[in-house]
Amino acid sequence: MGKFLIASVTALAALIGVAGPAHAAGGGDVKLVSGEWSFAGPFGYFDKGAMQRGFQVYLEVCAGCHGVEYLAFRNLADLGYNDAEIKAIAAEYEVMDGPDDDGEMFMRPARPADMIPSPYRNDNEARANNNGALPPDLSLITKARANGADYLYSLLLGYEDAPADTEVPEGMYYNNAYSGHLIAMPQPIYGDDVEYTDGTPTTPESLAADVTHFLMWAAEPKMEARKRIGVAAVFFLSIFLIMSYMAKRRVWAELH
Amino acid sequence: MSAEKFSNPVVRWIDHRLPVFSMLDHEKYDYPVPKNLNYFWNFGVLAGLALVIMIVTGIVLAMNYTAHVDHAFSSVERIMRDVNHGWLIRYIHMNAASFFFIVVYIHIFRGLYYGSYKAPRELLWMLGVVIFLLMMATAFMGYVLPWGQMSFWGATVITNLFSAIPLVGESIVTFLWGGFSVDNPTLNRFFSLHYLMPFVIAGVVVLHIVALHRFGSNNPIGIDAKGPQDTISFHPYYTIKDMVGIAMFLLLLAVAVFFFPNAMGHPDNYIPANPMQTPAHIVPEWYFLPFYAILRAVPDKLGGVLLMFAAIFVLFILPWLDRSPVRSARFRPVFRIFFWLLFIDCIALGYLGGKPAEGVYVVLSRIATVWYFLHFLLILPLLSVFETTRPLPKSISEPVLATAKGVA
Amino acid sequence: MANTNSKPAKSATDPREVGRRDFIVVATYAMGAVGAAAVVWPLIDQMNPAADTLALASTEVDVSKIAEGQAITVTWRGKPVFIRHRTADEITRANAIDSSELRDPQEDEARVQKPELLVLVGVCTHLGCVPLGQKTGEVKGEYDGWFCPCHGSHYDTSGRIRKGPAPTNLEVPPYTFLSDAVIRIG
Repeated sequence: MGKFLIASVTALAALIGVAGPAHAAGGGDVKLVSGEWSFAGPFGYFDKGAMQRGFQVYLEVCAGCHGVEYLAFRNLADLGYNDAEIKAIAAEYEVMDGPDDDGEMFMRPARPADMIPSPYRNDNEARANNNGALPPDLSLITKARANGADYLYSLLLGYEDAPADTEVPEGMYYNNAYSGHLIAMPQPIYGDDVEYTDGTPTTPESLAADVTHFLMWAAEPKMEARKRIGVAAVFFLSIFLIMSYMAKRRVWAELH
Repeated sequence: MSAEKFSNPVVRWIDHRLPVFSMLDHEKYDYPVPKNLNYFWNFGVLAGLALVIMIVTGIVLAMNYTAHVDHAFSSVERIMRDVNHGWLIRYIHMNAASFFFIVVYIHIFRGLYYGSYKAPRELLWMLGVVIFLLMMATAFMGYVLPWGQMSFWGATVITNLFSAIPLVGESIVTFLWGGFSVDNPTLNRFFSLHYLMPFVIAGVVVLHIVALHRFGSNNPIGIDAKGPQDTISFHPYYTIKDMVGIAMFLLLLAVAVFFFPNAMGHPDNYIPANPMQTPAHIVPEWYFLPFYAILRAVPDKLGGVLLMFAAIFVLFILPWLDRSPVRSARFRPVFRIFFWLLFIDCIALGYLGGKPAEGVYVVLSRIATVWYFLHFLLILPLLSVFETTRPLPKSISEPVLATAKGVA
Repeated sequence: MANTNSKPAKSATDPREVGRRDFIVVATYAMGAVGAAAVVWPLIDQMNPAADTLALASTEVDVSKIAEGQAITVTWRGKPVFIRHRTADEITRANAIDSSELRDPQEDEARVQKPELLVLVGVCTHLGCVPLGQKTGEVKGEYDGWFCPCHGSHYDTSGRIRKGPAPTNLEVPPYTFLSDAVIRIG
């Protein structure tokens, strides 16, 4: 068993040694602050209140420029909304449907099965409206960046005055969490940008944490199921490992 | 004679006409296995298990995947979000691919340490290298299918390797792409081949096993079994021992799948492919990094490509580079030191392959690359001649000397 | 380190007998089998309709614009649904016959929520073809309802099978009136 353990540990060490640095590559002196996330760890879960508030922040602060193209209205059930609420949210949007019997495309109110419409029809329109910079779609953003949740949280709170030796060009902003520090997105959150209905304070930290929570769910909506099954699977396989080792000892004992 | 072996009449009836049960019985009880195999001999079975997991999850994923540049990325997201248990199946496929390589790398290093490539197992070893090559091709094409940024740029960079071939290089690349850049025809053919290759691998695995069963497993002492006292039946001894390895493998795989599913992937592959913009720092998957480091260590394009392929080709001729009659490193004190140096060298190459190709990393890559080839082309042939090996035990069951420890 | 190469010792450890009755050995293999069986379910379940497919399982249709005597075809779950605004004559004829004489006895009243609006899944109950009779000018069969061109099934103005190989009436999908103008199918 000892040798096998060594083999396993070697394999894992090789993995971490090789895969780890491949990721850390990126900005050298970026500053990441770490949030307190309920979704972290093997028993992590999504906080419905935080997600609903985060969805509100997304709608009122981010949605003007950023889409969430892989989310459908029906997915909002995960946030704790019921069917009627989801229908009401969807009905506020118009989506294109058709062609009708005359061959024309037409707009109709969105239904729960529809995807949440993005603010721009395509990337070119998005660039044209944002000084040539493309606001990325946010539905996978926390998985598409290293240290997703912490990175996003830090980025939203990372706006500060540029150091004296850094020149910030027109249309760019200084952010201590962004690789290269010059970012085309103006500071989105100042505090009190939205009005929460549940009495949660609207400090910049609170708003940033909530929208991060929402986007973490958006990127990995099956995380709770994954971790729940994972705990059971690891428990089962641990027992299986112990049992098979005992069985192996028993079988081999008769040989010696 | 076989028919009397089974008490169940249905089994007996079938076996009389189709002797599958006799064959199974033969493998379980009559095939002699050295009694002293350690847990490193689990990794062949584990590699087979990994192949089965990949094929099964892959077939199921193919039922939900769309091989078209406009739909590939979103079809994968649909698998992750809407298909029943799709996230689980995809994460298993993703992570089992990495685990497949971990297992095979350990399997290869086990062969290197215990001299499993030596006569009469040269063809067994070479078939293994063929499997390794096929695995790399399959994994590379599989990584292209989600059509994220790393998929696209990985495909672009790797296929461009062939442009280094003089005269016909450009034509070959155009041929591989089916166009003038990596595009929809490329994705379609990669999907087709990615589905085909695992079955080719399975075929070569059968040959690998046929070759294995010709002379049986090597063992940690590296001397041949002298008779029945040195061997035991595969079942129940090695089935239950393999079960321990399988349990460990599945446990580690489960930890990765359920708690760190994206740790061995790259975040950029969650960004849809964009042919107009290369990511700042592109790296292949971790299991290609040592070869990637060798490729980049050479300042010449063609030279880098040739050297990278040579790094694998050298494994084919290994049985003729290391002529020492002693198989196991246990009795080769000097070889053993160089083995561990090679191991460290390969880990270093892997690390360097993930670093940007600049400054000290380039220098270190070159040193590591030179060492890699030096090991196989110079050190091993010299050791075959000059190394003083330790005396070998008389047989597996009679380890005459105290040096042969661990033969429990 | 005991030698097991003497004959009696070997027969004492006949590999066919080792561990066969040992609880922990049997339990380990059983556990492995249970684990393997548990993994099979996700692999099968993935073939069931996915969440996005199920979300499309209901369709809302505005039926107020269908003129009397006209019919429209809408898509529901990937299949055609026939919605016909029946004329008074068609309703009368649907009720005129004794339903007990039919192959699949059913009163017309049981097939509609409002007599003038007939909603049917437009799939022949024989082998799944789409019957003709929706558009003006199309063959409507001998009973002025629908006619399946594949094997010649005739349906009446209530969508009931009257002649031909189909075993049952055209299916009425579950639907509800959300308002006088809009129905939701599914």
